[in-house]
Amino acid sequence: MGLIGLPVEGCRRNTADCDKPSTLNRLLSTMLKRTALFSAHQELGARLIDFGGWEMPVQYTSIVEEHLAVRNAAGIFDISHMGEVTVNGAAAAAFLNFVLTNDVRRLAPGAGQYTLMCNAAGGVIDDLYDYRLSDEVYLLIVNASRTEADVAWLQSQAAKFPRRNELRLTDASHNYSAVAVQGPRVREFIADCLPGASISATRVGRVTDLKKNQIAGFQFEHGGVLVSRTGYTGEDGFEIVGGDEAIRRVWEIMLKIGRPFGIKPCGLGARDTLRTEVCYPLYGHELDENTTPIEAGLGFFVSLEKGDFSGRKILAEQKHKGVRKTLTAFKMTGRSAPPRPHYPLWVRGAKCGEVTSGTQSPSLKTGIGMGYVPPEWAKPGTDIEIEIRGRRATAVIVPKPIYRKTERP
Amino acid sequence: MSKVPSNLKYTKSHEWIRVSGDTAMVGITDHAQHELTDIVFVELPDVGDKVKAGDACAVVESVKTASDIYSPVSGEILETNRSVVDDPALVNSEPFDSGWFFKVKLSNPSELDALLTPDKYKAQIGGQAA
Repeated sequence: MGLIGLPVEGCRRNTADCDKPSTLNRLLSTMLKRTALFSAHQELGARLIDFGGWEMPVQYTSIVEEHLAVRNAAGIFDISHMGEVTVNGAAAAAFLNFVLTNDVRRLAPGAGQYTLMCNAAGGVIDDLYDYRLSDEVYLLIVNASRTEADVAWLQSQAAKFPRRNELRLTDASHNYSAVAVQGPRVREFIADCLPGASISATRVGRVTDLKKNQIAGFQFEHGGVLVSRTGYTGEDGFEIVGGDEAIRRVWEIMLKIGRPFGIKPCGLGARDTLRTEVCYPLYGHELDENTTPIEAGLGFFVSLEKGDFSGRKILAEQKHKGVRKTLTAFKMTGRSAPPRPHYPLWVRGAKCGEVTSGTQSPSLKTGIGMGYVPPEWAKPGTDIEIEIRGRRATAVIVPKPIYRKTERP
Repeated sequence: MSKVPSNLKYTKSHEWIRVSGDTAMVGITDHAQHELTDIVFVELPDVGDKVKAGDACAVVESVKTASDIYSPVSGEILETNRSVVDDPALVNSEPFDSGWFFKVKLSNPSELDALLTPDKYKAQIGGQAA
């Protein structure tokens, strides 16, 4: 997902560019996909943008307010644009272990893991979550902007897979909507929205008994939803996948019962600042087909011991011999404009890369970002410079994550 | 509804101008700050800079957006507002007062005639012309 559609990607936009709303709206409505929550966003007065072909809310009131709501209380995000792919059958685990970098065999039914899908050169096709719903049923949650590429790649790999007859791949993206409910206070009210014990995958007495990365099915009104304890914000939280009508009701009920706890609807703007503070990569920014998980610092999610898989040769080489570029995080040290994607990154007077993600951090109230540098400059404490409109501003490499919660509830 | 004070002139690109004698004070409108939200950085021209009407001469950045600010008039920069550099949120809270950007000594006062009246600016941002 690249918060690719956000108003600024390192370029300057004149506010006067937005003086033709009718033309723009007409264009958007004919070209962009909308989620089941689209009218809810409109009623809440959301500012909508094109995000990977979807008309999505970038903010409702203010990115800073929404960001701080998630850090301090609760926020709900529409993530219906994300793709869902199911992989079923006796050979599902063997196939996934060939196309994904993490080891699927570690997953008991009801467990999920962060993983990556790489081409033969180790370049990242997508980063995703892989859930084992039951013995032979897996659910992949993939980036909206990559769903088509992922499905094409999975199909091409399945066609070559020896046990392809024991495997069924389905792009179920159009069947599902999804929301993420994130923040330290979510656990105080989520069970009132999704009461009772689970009915599938992980067996728990109540939704808040789910542990990190576990997933379970719950009865919800007249249907069912899948709930996982995952997220993209660095806070405790849950992601809920279900049919359009179920997710519309979840959104409505969550905002209602979460109100005394300070819940706010949150857009992609806050989603981007939240994940940048905790250094979660975003496809199209930190990850692409010419970048490997090792270079991105995601070696923890690459299991070289599990046997052969797509990209393994290069990834093993990089793990043992090192890489030519490595993803680092930085903080601005003086007063400067916020760093933005594509701004040049300088070390010791030489341009050596560019900013992949950069923003003002609402939690730290300073400019922060990530970018690739040669490994010899990647040590925390290294002074670097970010070129902003032709002038260089000082910054320092810091350990990841950039923002760390001081207290865990 | 955004405020559009009646004693100011405006530009299509959302700057306001307060004229007194041969000096013009410039800032961005309530509508503009509302659209930008969460202003975190302001970069101003240097005192003594010569600007032409329409020149990009300042930058305002919100969490997600960087926008150029154009000088509505030609002349020399007489003074800039250090307070908004120190506390950019002033642009959000008081866009027409302590959130001002710079003052220009007018070199061509006839340019003022080309600026928008409050009613015309209101119409542009979708409000009702009085």
